[in-house]
Amino acid sequence: MDMNAKKKLGLKEKYALMTRNLGWETTYEPMDKVFPQMDYEGIRIHDWDKWEDPFRLTMDAYWKYQAEKEKKLYAIIDAYAQNNGHLNVTDARYINALKIFLSAVPSLEYNAHRGFARLGREMRGVGPQVACQMQAIDEIRHAQTQIHSLSNYNKFYNGFHDWKHMNDRVWYLSVPKSFFEDACTCGPFEFIIAIGFSFEYVLTNLVFMPFISGAAYNGDLGAMTFGFSAQSDEARHMTLGLEVIKFMLEQDPANLPIIQRWIDKWTWRGVRLLTIVAMLMDYMLPKRVMSWKEAWEVYFEENGMALFNDLARYGIKVPDCAALIKKEKDHISHQAWNAFYTAGMITNFHTWLPSEDEMNWLSSKYPDSFDKYYRPRFEYYRQREKEGKRFYNKTLPMLCQVCQIPMLFTEGDDPTLISYRQIEHKGDKYHFCSDHCQHIFEHEPEKYVEAWLPAHQIYQGNCFAEGADPTAPGFDPLKSVLDYWHLDFGRDNLDFEGSEDQKNFAAWRQQATTN
Amino acid sequence: MSNVFIALQANEDSRPIVDAILADNPGAVLNEQPAMVKIDVPGRMTIRRSSVEARIGREFDLQEMQVNLISLSGHVDETDEEFTLSCER
Repeated sequence: MDMNAKKKLGLKEKYALMTRNLGWETTYEPMDKVFPQMDYEGIRIHDWDKWEDPFRLTMDAYWKYQAEKEKKLYAIIDAYAQNNGHLNVTDARYINALKIFLSAVPSLEYNAHRGFARLGREMRGVGPQVACQMQAIDEIRHAQTQIHSLSNYNKFYNGFHDWKHMNDRVWYLSVPKSFFEDACTCGPFEFIIAIGFSFEYVLTNLVFMPFISGAAYNGDLGAMTFGFSAQSDEARHMTLGLEVIKFMLEQDPANLPIIQRWIDKWTWRGVRLLTIVAMLMDYMLPKRVMSWKEAWEVYFEENGMALFNDLARYGIKVPDCAALIKKEKDHISHQAWNAFYTAGMITNFHTWLPSEDEMNWLSSKYPDSFDKYYRPRFEYYRQREKEGKRFYNKTLPMLCQVCQIPMLFTEGDDPTLISYRQIEHKGDKYHFCSDHCQHIFEHEPEKYVEAWLPAHQIYQGNCFAEGADPTAPGFDPLKSVLDYWHLDFGRDNLDFEGSEDQKNFAAWRQQATTN
Repeated sequence: MSNVFIALQANEDSRPIVDAILADNPGAVLNEQPAMVKIDVPGRMTIRRSSVEARIGREFDLQEMQVNLISLSGHVDETDEEFTLSCER
């Protein structure tokens, strides 16, 4: 890198010139009409010049460093692909984690791009406008680099072939999809709390640090490079999220209750969304860096709580859901894997039972829950497998109206009892996984009655293959739904053991190490 | 007091930055994980341009760190001379 250019202006001056001095008060149209989305959420901003820019990255520096990151990233991805790096992953089971990642995450990044592009236009202050525009470009970069990096796996393994189509349709993918769409349909200030603060600041470290470090540990340079490269942008995004929240709180005391509600709601939605990351870490990384619970303690309980302590002086309280979250950390990864293992007929990836060694690792990491509640279940399933009666759930799960996760969570104080809430709204029944999701619904029923719940849609007959006739004799509804999702029964789903992926990986690895 | 942290990719570019942080911030704890390093410091962390330059023998722009940065926590203050993370701004 050529770093010898002499600076004429200091960082603060350059950044002030680019932001404050590029803005102007409009005269042909009143400012309120130029920025019409700034009022309706009830947030009061009196002086946009009080905005403090955390990172002072000017456009020339932004392009320079982003270009540098991209060059590094593509050099690694190319080398990884060129040398058949996929054969160096610890165990072909790992590749199934990437199938989940590809069908869930790039679409989130793309929606983040759309959301921040919108905010770049709608924010009235020039500082946040510039930061949101840069973030919009970052987010589309993340989508692109993830797709490019993972496309290499599509050449060799099943299930990667139609991730965007699946993202819009496959049952469990409505969880991440609805999270971001529910955020994108908020006003601009709520969107930035949902994504910039709750998601980026409080939660993305859990995806892109322990999980991606785990990917590296399992030999996946492709995922390592896009993961860390993305999170380096997130570091900027997190500081933006934090700045926005402090700015709003400092502008007017009336903003506090509105912001508190958004923090409570989006912290909970984000925590629910991360259930799948918990499962990836505890069940899908053959070599493990740390357990989900350990990662949670470092990145949420330590760092997240430090953040809430910092915000306490503005009157912000730790979200109510924190008490339940603390109880759930011993359980959610196991409950999620149990749900996916039993739903293995309708997944776009393979499932398996943890080996004896892996179960021992889980026992050591979860001494208060694994042996008592989850090991017996997996041993029972293993017994059934041995008898040739591998258990598959043949019905579709009830989904929570808000987070859209199947009812797989248990009561905070009783891990043997499914947590289940039900209310009536305008003559219809709605179901929730928790008090927190129920409260979100009760505050905004008009929004959440619109939820597109895959299980409901399937039962209503809206998810069969094009041209299918459900009244025809011998009609197979499961097969038709898989066709609608573009999933190939027996190839993309079911057990890892005996799968084409398993056989190919073993054969290719054998070829790579012998003559 | 809460910690602030910075995480960098474990590579040659990061090494002098990590060394500078450890030298300039008493109480800094280095945590090495696969492919990454994470440094925690109670309350406040400062990364000095001069300290990095003394280790690499050339001029250094603190924003070069963006290329190998993974994540951080705390409130950021960035000038030409110092990059600071603190629990409270």
